[in-house]
Amino acid sequence: MAETASATHVRHGSSIGQPLTRRDGVLKVTGQARYAADNHPPGMLHAALAVSSIARGRVAALDVAAARAHPGVVEVMTPANRPPLAQDPDDKNGPFVFRMEALQDDRVRYAGQPIAVVIAETLEAATEGAALLAPRYEAEAVETGLDASDVFIPQMVGPGAPAEARHGDVEAGLAAAERRVEATYETPAQYHNAMEPHAIVAAWEGDRLTVDTPSQGLAWAQERIAGLLGLPPENIHIRSPFLGGGFGSKGVISGPQVLGILAARLVGRPVKLVLRREQMYGPVGHRGPTRQTLRLGAGEDGGLTALHHHVRTATSRFDDFLEPAASVSHTLYAAPAIATTYDAVRLDTGTPLFMRAPGEASGSIALESAIDEMALECGMDPLEFRLRNYAEVEPMSGKPFSSKALRECYAQGVARFGWAGRPLQPRQMRDENGLLVGWGLGTATFPALMFQGQARAVIRRDGTALAETGAHDMGQGAWTALAQLAADSLGLEIDQVEFRSGDSRLPDAGIAGGSSHTATAGIALHHAGADAIAKLTELAMADQRSPLFGAGNMGVVARNGRLLRRDDESRGESYADILTRAGLAEIEGRGTGAMDPAVPEHYATHSHGAVFAEVKIDPELGQIRATRLVGAFAAGRIVNPRLVRSQYYGGMIWGVSFALHEQAVMDKCSGRVMNANLGEYHVPVNADVPSLEAILVEEHDPHVNPLGIKGVGEIGITGTAGAVANAVWHATGVRVRRFPIAIEKLLV
Amino acid sequence: MARIHVTTTINGEPMEFLCEPQQSLLDALRNNLGLTGTKEGCGTGDCGACSITFDGRLTCSCLVLAVEAEGHEIGTIEGMAQGETLHPLQRKFLEMAALQCGICTPGVLIAARALLEKNPDPTETEVRFGLAGNLCRCTGYDKIVRAVMETAAEMRETAS
Repeated sequence: MAETASATHVRHGSSIGQPLTRRDGVLKVTGQARYAADNHPPGMLHAALAVSSIARGRVAALDVAAARAHPGVVEVMTPANRPPLAQDPDDKNGPFVFRMEALQDDRVRYAGQPIAVVIAETLEAATEGAALLAPRYEAEAVETGLDASDVFIPQMVGPGAPAEARHGDVEAGLAAAERRVEATYETPAQYHNAMEPHAIVAAWEGDRLTVDTPSQGLAWAQERIAGLLGLPPENIHIRSPFLGGGFGSKGVISGPQVLGILAARLVGRPVKLVLRREQMYGPVGHRGPTRQTLRLGAGEDGGLTALHHHVRTATSRFDDFLEPAASVSHTLYAAPAIATTYDAVRLDTGTPLFMRAPGEASGSIALESAIDEMALECGMDPLEFRLRNYAEVEPMSGKPFSSKALRECYAQGVARFGWAGRPLQPRQMRDENGLLVGWGLGTATFPALMFQGQARAVIRRDGTALAETGAHDMGQGAWTALAQLAADSLGLEIDQVEFRSGDSRLPDAGIAGGSSHTATAGIALHHAGADAIAKLTELAMADQRSPLFGAGNMGVVARNGRLLRRDDESRGESYADILTRAGLAEIEGRGTGAMDPAVPEHYATHSHGAVFAEVKIDPELGQIRATRLVGAFAAGRIVNPRLVRSQYYGGMIWGVSFALHEQAVMDKCSGRVMNANLGEYHVPVNADVPSLEAILVEEHDPHVNPLGIKGVGEIGITGTAGAVANAVWHATGVRVRRFPIAIEKLLV
Repeated sequence: MARIHVTTTINGEPMEFLCEPQQSLLDALRNNLGLTGTKEGCGTGDCGACSITFDGRLTCSCLVLAVEAEGHEIGTIEGMAQGETLHPLQRKFLEMAALQCGICTPGVLIAARALLEKNPDPTETEVRFGLAGNLCRCTGYDKIVRAVMETAAEMRETAS
């Protein structure tokens, strides 16, 4: 990426760093923002999914005639009449391609799997038609839970990291330790539950397809759909201007979305298919459950001698996604010997998928709990213990961090929270109402990643510009933050730049995942703007009539819509004048955003943070309330502090949820999720959430990418979940190791 | 199936529509009337995304039949701004960026307006519990509460 960056004539600082409010805000507060399910093309029909109520077996019979005879029903799509696909939906032909159920056969692989689609004039008729199918099954015994048979050792976890990693001799480190902690923690399956259910509106015109569907990865989605249908990608137009939350579950195209497309094909009319809430507990991914055993050794001085993080997790019977929960132990604490290992079982569920802070969320709550258990064993304050084992370099790899202001996060968080004077022993503090009070701490970390993205920038003769990249705004604020980056890259005010996004016809912006989107799409825009300015500069410098004539390649600055001589800023001219004189309507630049491969070779790239939590617990009833949270985070350059704060708050509340609220409860006999609704799958509500504070700790990262941008969207969960768990222990003296921590687990 | 004629008032305007007897008011608003600002998050009254006012009372429109709107006054997000002039709550949510993905936002705003109409001077706890029926997964709870508190203070000042 250095080749375009080196020729940059752009000055930064006018838009980046400003706490602008959301540019999509007016549309959203007035109800005018158009999400996928809000589209209603002429002639559109409604589709309803029929899903399996068993978790394993086959569909023996469906009463298609009854459904088809229902007033308003137009067609019933089953494996018998489903239009053909060019590719088996079970083929795996890429690293991020997941097997899906698209009515390819009568097999049932999990409860909630699509088994038919009913298409009707109204949503009600489609829904009633689906109910009339009255499926009969040949059911087989199901495997649920982490104790299922046939344990295997995976080679890869997450999106493709080696499962086993070792540094130093853990067994020797443990043998030599004066203090040892061995503890096992369990985290449940969790479901993304974006507030917007997965929806698709599909409309065919010949062999061209237009779909409105929420997507965190437009180019992936386009390629996947094109492959399945056997069409060139350019025939597939996907519009996704707004996602009603994604959290990973909209990162890959799922079976129901493909079925919406096929339904439209079958009936020759546009079709809308929206998942019902309970249908989101099967085909659209979840966070896999884990059982994590931590073995820690430490010397008398509190220095870790060894850390072994073993993870048992689960995937589906037919595909692989293994929660990379141990990766957090590669990064966080300076043990001279570290090992991370995995085993796994196969269950009759939908395939797990990345969910906000995949790996780190589950791993962090276990590691941070174990670190606190060891701090107690050593008689040390949890913060003192963490500082004693502060990692100056990434412990597993030995690489230096590209930046790491974690010490500053601890310092600012501790001061703001008022940690001083915290008693070491539990059950020492009460509030004025007699409630038990506990304080806990957790360290936050998440990798700073980048995918690859492209952008285009056009400076127009009227002095305004267009910047475009097919980015995805699932709530994090891409419409705003990326426009800020684009404006600075072009040396213009944000209002002079038209920013286009959220459409597969725009340059591929990479994936909105891994907290990498602002960095990826932003750097692409940065380079596209620089490219356009460089071309404009060449135009001016070559023209004797320009005051910039002969200024030299690096002798020009772009600011406020003008190019200026660096050595004499009184000499310059506007973009409009340059283009007008050259007789050009516009000038175009293009840019790519991706991590320089040399960076991960030489550096470990992570965001860090420290989260402090207070909980209050009724000593008789065990009722738990998180009452105060302070998080201090360092994540490189902050493009928009107002929106970044929202991301931190959101992550922190997810952390509270991880520790105290959410879990999917599986019926062991039927293999069904028993709480597949928002009444019983508990997520925090306004009344559960305390006053929050997020401190933005300044951090300059000269290495990670040309703008020093790291990620903020997921890190808030990490640290917070452990901080709350540790606070619960500090309040009660009860160490709960099965999450979420619920009342009944405290009443022991 | 025979469609039923419903005469109602939506956002202060008299309105007539045809619906099926089993249609929810949410479905009729979105599919029959094109008022898609009201969102469906669950269809079971758990999430509050479909919040409307029914004769001024905060209601989940997924739990009401469309025919029940006959003779009543319905308020949706589309009627919250007066023309170009945003409601003070909308203005404050915008100013403080008290929204993220925006799917819960219409319901939160309708619920907040209903709350402030009943209780113009709520405590923070009253706001947190008053809006406990509106889930935000992103989650913007803290900013939402602050925006509602600040709007309430401003509206009280304007009124006095």
